Amino acid sequence: MQDFWAALAQAFALILGAEAELVEIIGLSLRVSLSAVAIACVIGLPLGAVLAVGRFPGRLALSVLVNALMGLPPVVVGLTVYLVLSASGPLGVLQLLYTPAAMIIAQTILVTPIIAALTRQVIEDLSGEYDEMLRAMGVSRAGMIATLLWDARYSLLTAALAGTGRALAEVGAVLIVGGNINHVTRTMTTAIALETSKGELAMALALGIILVTLSVIVSACVMGLRASAARMAYA
Amino acid sequence: MRDVAEPPRPGLWPVTLRAVAFRAGGQTLIDGLDLELAPGALTCVMGPNGAGKSLLVRLIAGLIAPTEGTITYGSAGAPAKNRIAVVFQRPVLLRRSAAANLDHALKTYGMPRAARPGRIAALLSEAGLTAQAGQAARLLSGGEQQRLALVRALAAEPDLLLLDEPAANLDPQATAMLEALIRRASSEGVKVVLVTHDRDQARRMAEEVILLHRGRIAERAPAQAFFENPKSPEARAYLAGRLLL
Ligand SMILES: Nc1ncnc2c1ncn2[C@@H]1O[C@H](COP(=O)(O)OP(=O)(O)OP(=O)(O)O)[C@@H](O)[C@H]1O
Ligand SMILES: [Mg+2]
Repeated sequence: MQDFWAALAQAFALILGAEAELVEIIGLSLRVSLSAVAIACVIGLPLGAVLAVGRFPGRLALSVLVNALMGLPPVVVGLTVYLVLSASGPLGVLQLLYTPAAMIIAQTILVTPIIAALTRQVIEDLSGEYDEMLRAMGVSRAGMIATLLWDARYSLLTAALAGTGRALAEVGAVLIVGGNINHVTRTMTTAIALETSKGELAMALALGIILVTLSVIVSACVMGLRASAARMAYA
Repeated sequence: MRDVAEPPRPGLWPVTLRAVAFRAGGQTLIDGLDLELAPGALTCVMGPNGAGKSLLVRLIAGLIAPTEGTITYGSAGAPAKNRIAVVFQRPVLLRRSAAANLDHALKTYGMPRAARPGRIAALLSEAGLTAQAGQAARLLSGGEQQRLALVRALAAEPDLLLLDEPAANLDPQATAMLEALIRRASSEGVKVVLVTHDRDQARRMAEEVILLHRGRIAERAPAQAFFENPKSPEARAYLAGRLLL
């Protein structure tokens, strides 16, 4: 117990002192996860929208697949990306293994299905409401998708935040493809795993506190968005 | 508004329904309906709840396909874009401001960006919604939403305007405002089909009445004849307030 309180006090000292290594790790974590979420949005938003309102063979099968991919185990994604990027893998020449880029790729694969599946659900619901009106106005299919995406903006932002939460908390994939290399690919979660195993509880706790704080902030954003969306009926 | 002198664009007329039936859930909701619509008289469609008025509107607008029969627009099987505008019984407005709803419509109708703000201001003022321009459309009152939906439909400059009980939630003043807008569109050459339950409104507005009952046209007559000398038993019962589905 003594250890714990001492470690906690040290952890707060690290946080309050904005200790350089801590800042570096947080910065990398945010950079990797937010990049992954941004890319996942670019892919997932249109994909989800097309799955919701598109008419093409295999649409249903693709929707089921995307939903199934939502539950992908991070370590399996990590392993797959590792195999693809490793020296003997098909993309080995790019030499991306153990770089932040590899971590971004792995997290993008994890987050894209979440964004796409949530987008599909949200757009499908909204389309049920708008479809007849938009068709009556003669809106083109592309115009419909644009209209639906914009009018679902609050729900979609919520989906993006859900993706951010998953990416920040994820450890398996980034550990495998990033390698937890000091100053290069060490993220909050991989650092916590390492520091804990080394018995460096203060650093692990400090990162844990930051991680929890970030997830609380993300949740608060989600709830705030919901409330303001309902209150403003999306002006 | 379109110039009065401009000749009607060819192609849409006449809108012809031949032996149109619409069935769903094992029921015949529209039953072998023949109808021809041409520019001119303001047509009111009346009939009890569930008569099929809203279905008829959606069939004419090409939003649902008849199970049987055909609907033609001039010589075409589908209406050309923007020629028919619809105001639904429950208007669906976008999750945007009143002005942004109109901007979206005008953009859809192909108006260049630079020309839109002026047109939006004009439409909002016609609807008496100038002060609500920036307000979320879905937070407007029911009557304000209906007025916004009407000017959004008018923004299409349609040849045929289908209105499904557009005044259902309006107070007398707003009703007068809405009716003035409809009358003006009609006098400018837009064919108006107005679904209404309100007999007083029909008397004020209609030049011609179609009475729908159980998915069939029970009577179609000039307004005066319909109200003063109804031919069909259904029309007599309806006007006496006794016609039920
Ligand atoms: N897609 C559908 N599937 C099954 N039944 C339907 C469908 N659409 C409408 N109906 C039924 O068809 C009948 C006519 O509906 P419609 O909405 O046209 O009535 P209406 O004349 O507009 O009535 P109101 O005056 O209440 O607006 C109703 O009994 C309704 O339940
Ligand atoms: Mg109706």
